[in-house]
Amino acid sequence: MCRFKTGARKLMASEKARLVSLEEGLFAGFLVLLTFACLIVAGKTHDGVMSFHALIGAVAAGAGVFIIFNNYFNSENAAPVLQEIDGKPNYNMGPVKFGTVASMVWGIAGFTVGLIIALQLAFPALNFDLPWTSFGRLRPLHTSAVIFAFGGNVLLATSMYVVQRTCRVRMPGSVLPWFVILGYNVFIVIAGTGYLLGATQGKEYAEPEWYADLWLTIVWVAYLLLFLGTIWKRKEPHIYVANWFYLAFIVTIAVLHITNNLTIPVSVFGMKSYIVWSGVQDAMVQWWYGHNAVGFFLTAGFLAIMYYFVPKRAERPVYSYRLSIVHFWALIFIYIWAGPHHLHYTALPQWASTLGATFSIILWMPSWGGMINGLMTLSGAWDKLRTDPVLRMMVVSVAFYGMSTFEGPLMSVRAVNSLSHYTDWTIGHVHSGALGWVGYISFGAIYCLVPWLWNKKSLYSLKLVNWHFWVSTLGIVLYITAMWVSGIMQGLMWRAYDSLGFLEYSFIETVEAMFPFYVIRALGGGLFLLGALIMAYNLWMTVRAGEPAEAAAPAPGVLAAAE
Amino acid sequence: MNESYTAVAGFAQTWGLIYFVVIFAIVVAYVLWPKNRKQFDDAAQIPFRED
Repeated sequence: MCRFKTGARKLMASEKARLVSLEEGLFAGFLVLLTFACLIVAGKTHDGVMSFHALIGAVAAGAGVFIIFNNYFNSENAAPVLQEIDGKPNYNMGPVKFGTVASMVWGIAGFTVGLIIALQLAFPALNFDLPWTSFGRLRPLHTSAVIFAFGGNVLLATSMYVVQRTCRVRMPGSVLPWFVILGYNVFIVIAGTGYLLGATQGKEYAEPEWYADLWLTIVWVAYLLLFLGTIWKRKEPHIYVANWFYLAFIVTIAVLHITNNLTIPVSVFGMKSYIVWSGVQDAMVQWWYGHNAVGFFLTAGFLAIMYYFVPKRAERPVYSYRLSIVHFWALIFIYIWAGPHHLHYTALPQWASTLGATFSIILWMPSWGGMINGLMTLSGAWDKLRTDPVLRMMVVSVAFYGMSTFEGPLMSVRAVNSLSHYTDWTIGHVHSGALGWVGYISFGAIYCLVPWLWNKKSLYSLKLVNWHFWVSTLGIVLYITAMWVSGIMQGLMWRAYDSLGFLEYSFIETVEAMFPFYVIRALGGGLFLLGALIMAYNLWMTVRAGEPAEAAAPAPGVLAAAE
Repeated sequence: MNESYTAVAGFAQTWGLIYFVVIFAIVVAYVLWPKNRKQFDDAAQIPFRED
């Protein structure tokens, strides 16, 4: 009884210290409504998958309400969060840590599924004749897991880190940053389980059904507001170039996602919906979305990482800040037009596909301008490549960026595309960008971030980073060379005619011929996964057993640009 | 139909080109403007200036 009274008094005391903030109240109210809405949908729908997803939504939203009030009644949090401590910004790194861990977990899951489907192509028995493990369901699981779950969490985490650091200010809100990062991961869970259970609207990189799209829209608008709010509060007058790239990524993805998912559900209690676009317009919108997912998610966002993390790690400012501004404006103005090159030789009018190819070729300029800017940042510090495998990883990443942005425009030319399209060459091209550029720049950024976030002097082992680097580089090389050979062979076999004008090969003969290359590709993917596992172990040991960093690092002086 | 296509294509091919060239010229002039040099040199140091 007595105990209860003290507990109650404590509760009262904490209640007096601080009222529920408007932010907490609004989020809690929204999540309560959402919980009930999800429960109603879960009960009324006849669709098993939708019912399951609505239950996930109800549990997640309910948990959100619990976390908000649990945090409020915890007397340790009675005082409002300080914006600054001892004149230094009190950065909000909790959500960044969560995003970093989530990206590693999702990354390994996504790479594993990739390896499984690579093996399935070589050995179809690995489908196990089960619907949930069939190639058609695992393939979108792989692409979404690596692009949106791994890449998305890397972008969320690094953008929250970089924007706070370069604006020298704490992110606004206490619930908002957590809503963004947790809400995004709930979307990932709904999307991923949906693919396994067969729920898809059949659009490449935009497979989730309408309710998942709606949820992502809410989270993404919150993300935009969080990012803009941080820039609004900034103490640094100039907005650093990385933040421009992040902002372009966030704004454009919002526009693309909404335009490509303008669907009308048949019923609120059913999964099926119909898109407002029809026929070739729908195809055009889909590939306008699809290519700009590459341009703004996998390029602009990760270029932001390059413009912050490469200078930080090399301890040199970017080669030319002025070139970075030209790079930014040229890239965003040109990329948005390149989509139609995915629809050569289709019902799309020829002028539109020519336009897409033309803009793809123009993209050579800004892409290579950016690549040179990233690489030349090391000018005068090239020796660091020998001693720092993390920096080496990021530099190789930028080199892969240059290579795949050279190859892409080449493949967008109609004559080349007639050979490469629908073949494994495309898969090889995508993976030189995804494994080489996106993967390596992300790994480099995470290797930098983990010691900074957990306040460690350095990584647990640079030797293991070196192992990761060489194992996965070998993996990438095996992967893309196998796909080049397999893809070009496949394309040539498809178009081979005999002297009487008949097709020389049946389809199954091309499949048979590709077998050895599929095995090599799976081997390459396996090595890439092995590298990521080495990385996860290294990071785990860094957090657990790393030497703590000193309290205050000496302030570095002004560093001269290489330009 | 065909005439309107030609008109739209003609418009895009001329004014589109001018639009992109002008925007590019503005960006290049902005970054090379001598007065802005100090500002950009300063901005390049932002990652190293944090607490």
